[in-house]
Amino acid sequence: MTALDIARWQFGMTTVMHFILVPLTIGLAPMVAAMQTAWLITGKNAWLKATNFFGKLFLINFALGVATGLVQEFQFGMAWSEYSKFVGDVFGAPLALEGLVAFFMESTFIGLWIFGWTRLPRLVHLGCIWMVALGVNASAFFIIAANSWMQHPVGATFNPEKNRAELTSIWSVLTNSTALAAFPHTVFGAWLTAGTFVAAIGGWWMVRGMRRGDADAIELAHSFRPVTRFGLGVMIVSAVGLGITGDAQAKLMFEQQPMKMASAESLCHTETAASFSILTVGTHNNCESVQHLIQVPYLTSFLANGDPNSTLKGVTELQQEYVEKFGPGDYRPNLFVSYWAFRFMMGWSVGSGVLALAGLWVTRKGRVPSSKWFSRLCLIALPTPFLANSCGWVFTEMGRQPWVVAPNPNGDPTIRLMVSQAVSGHSTAMMAFSIITFAAVYGVLYILWFLLLRRYVIQGPDLHSPLDGHDDHDDGAPPGGDGPDGADGTGAKKSSSDQLSFAY
Amino acid sequence: MTLPDYWFLAIGFLFTGYFVLDGFDFGVGMLMPILGRKRNHPDAEQRRRVLLNTIGPVWDGNEVWLITAGAAMFAAFPVWYATVFSGFYLVLLAILVGLIVRVCAIEWRGKIDDPRWRGWADVGIGLGSWIPAFAWGLVFANIVHGVHIDGRGRMTSDVWDLLNPYGLLGGVALLGLFLLHGAVFVALKSDGDVRVDARRFAARIWLPVTVIGAAFVVWTQFAHGKGWTWAMVALAAAALIAAGLSIRADRELAAFLSTSLAVIGVSVLLFGALFPNVLNATDPARSISIEAAASSHYTLVVMSWCTVVLLPLVMIYQAWSYIVFRRRISTAQIPPSIGLSPRA
Repeated sequence: MTALDIARWQFGMTTVMHFILVPLTIGLAPMVAAMQTAWLITGKNAWLKATNFFGKLFLINFALGVATGLVQEFQFGMAWSEYSKFVGDVFGAPLALEGLVAFFMESTFIGLWIFGWTRLPRLVHLGCIWMVALGVNASAFFIIAANSWMQHPVGATFNPEKNRAELTSIWSVLTNSTALAAFPHTVFGAWLTAGTFVAAIGGWWMVRGMRRGDADAIELAHSFRPVTRFGLGVMIVSAVGLGITGDAQAKLMFEQQPMKMASAESLCHTETAASFSILTVGTHNNCESVQHLIQVPYLTSFLANGDPNSTLKGVTELQQEYVEKFGPGDYRPNLFVSYWAFRFMMGWSVGSGVLALAGLWVTRKGRVPSSKWFSRLCLIALPTPFLANSCGWVFTEMGRQPWVVAPNPNGDPTIRLMVSQAVSGHSTAMMAFSIITFAAVYGVLYILWFLLLRRYVIQGPDLHSPLDGHDDHDDGAPPGGDGPDGADGTGAKKSSSDQLSFAY
Repeated sequence: MTLPDYWFLAIGFLFTGYFVLDGFDFGVGMLMPILGRKRNHPDAEQRRRVLLNTIGPVWDGNEVWLITAGAAMFAAFPVWYATVFSGFYLVLLAILVGLIVRVCAIEWRGKIDDPRWRGWADVGIGLGSWIPAFAWGLVFANIVHGVHIDGRGRMTSDVWDLLNPYGLLGGVALLGLFLLHGAVFVALKSDGDVRVDARRFAARIWLPVTVIGAAFVVWTQFAHGKGWTWAMVALAAAALIAAGLSIRADRELAAFLSTSLAVIGVSVLLFGALFPNVLNATDPARSISIEAAASSHYTLVVMSWCTVVLLPLVMIYQAWSYIVFRRRISTAQIPPSIGLSPRA
């Protein structure tokens, strides 16, 4: 292992672990906001309970998401200083915008939302969670614009004197065609994750409540039905969105990063009317020994540009082309990872699809399911969107290898950087120390994250939390009066309203 | 003033904001076991929760000042960002581990109603407060004092080089300042016993903090200061004296404003001493200047517009959140734990 290998593993590990949490945050924030809105509009206590229940899960997840995100902000400079010098002029701007626009917003308003249940008027308090939802989605836009620039650099020129890329148009960077396709694809992926999370937990609880059978449990099961249906609705919208944006993204990729798509399809040689491969076998990542076992004719050509008879360039021809353009070197990504990550990304999303169809069926016409197989399906489907997200990003990022800034075929070819030129000059020992440290810290925190989520899911909604059904206020917490010591101004029941509605 | 100079100022502003805001967060974290009493004391848990909840709604927003300061360095001075962040690799790794553990410890502490669980969370909050409070002082003292830079512009100082007397003094001085700042903040935001104890603790540590802080400030001024930075030395000194007087006079708001000014004084002094470089080298010819580290003119113009529009907005809604949660907290107001029972 060289320092370069460790730096790659470290960035990959910390990013994948960050992005297990991020989609749930991005998707769950607007869903919790929608649940709270539904409570305020309908006045139904079930929505308040759902808001609090999923709000708690959201916050457990949010904490580790923030913690793992901190590392990313520093890691460019720490482990990839040569990259940072080369791209900082362009890449830094969306990162700083992300901080200024999104991070401040979500972190400030999440505090107001958590602690403001009885301090803020209801509509203002609702506005806070919507601001959080807006913030987390806005941050996704800026960081994806930054990432898309690495995949398809635009709006910049190369300054040979300073040996760096320089920004010429922030507008081009923020409206990069790659970003405009990647952002909705990522956000739909996140919404699918959160929709699956809500529907699977809701579905599991419905079955659990119905099978337990006492009056309280059956009431609880019924209160989860609209929540589950809401999750299912989000899943279906997201699935359609994912299909459309995924197709658009693939068409862009065939044009902008042909090597990545050729590897994803294990298209070793230039082909006309290329087939889509479903299963291949091969040895040692070697293009020459790949055997295509199952194929769908014409599909790849059709996916690439809408014409089933079009000609696509293969990995071998692209490699020769790159050598002629950029000098000797191996310009192929890891074919095995690209091929399988792409297939697993699509394969895992089937989990959500099955759950969506089954969920709609078992909850049709007011029914509340009680069958064991459905609760088992819920648990099986729950992790699949997380795996699909990870596979999608592994494909996107490892398909870009060996570039860290991939040359834009229609842009300035001098704006390009190999991963091997990007790394800081640290010793192997120091990189090994840091990756072990991160692995240990993340490992422990991930175990706690999982155990906490599991405990809180099994616990279910708190029927008698201080936030709902509090005292005689059955319809939720009273909006705070601004009297001294947390009293609500009327002077009534001072002893109980003295207390904060929430404290760490 | 040139655009790169303006950006040096802007990043100085962001880091100063970070030190003032997250400074008292670190102080509160460090004070948890001290003002929270021994763990077996009947009142300990309530008191610790009072301390933690003085920063409860705002600490996350305070921390973003660091993220934005780092990202602004990346955007405006890529060479500065790349050199400092890779050069101080192990120190930043320690800071990161501290901050990661602190985030989770604060958010997860109340999730399980178990003394052992909370004990570990308090360890996390402690690590996440003591380590960064010291390490930021160490980092900025060394940036000003000068590090080894090789012919290719890479920083080659190892950890032992960073642990020089001036660097260590900077770490201890900033840590002490944050401790005092935090104690004063707790006195301002709490009521009852905690408020009294916080004030007493602040009065007790005031003298050593002031002496160490003064030593660091004076050393900085004589070794790297300019004419005008004497004003910052005077500001820091006056603010620390005012803080001492205010603590003794039980004027908590005045004390808090004073410690805030002291933090501002030290931070501006450090950035002022650094100017016109962004990183000093032991061999002055290799120091990295603002001009050499800056991004292109266009990038700086774009970023300027963004900050001019967005930063005031951020400051307005953050101020609003402080106003919403302005009330003092006492042990009587802490609700019973809503964490789940400990279970295998």
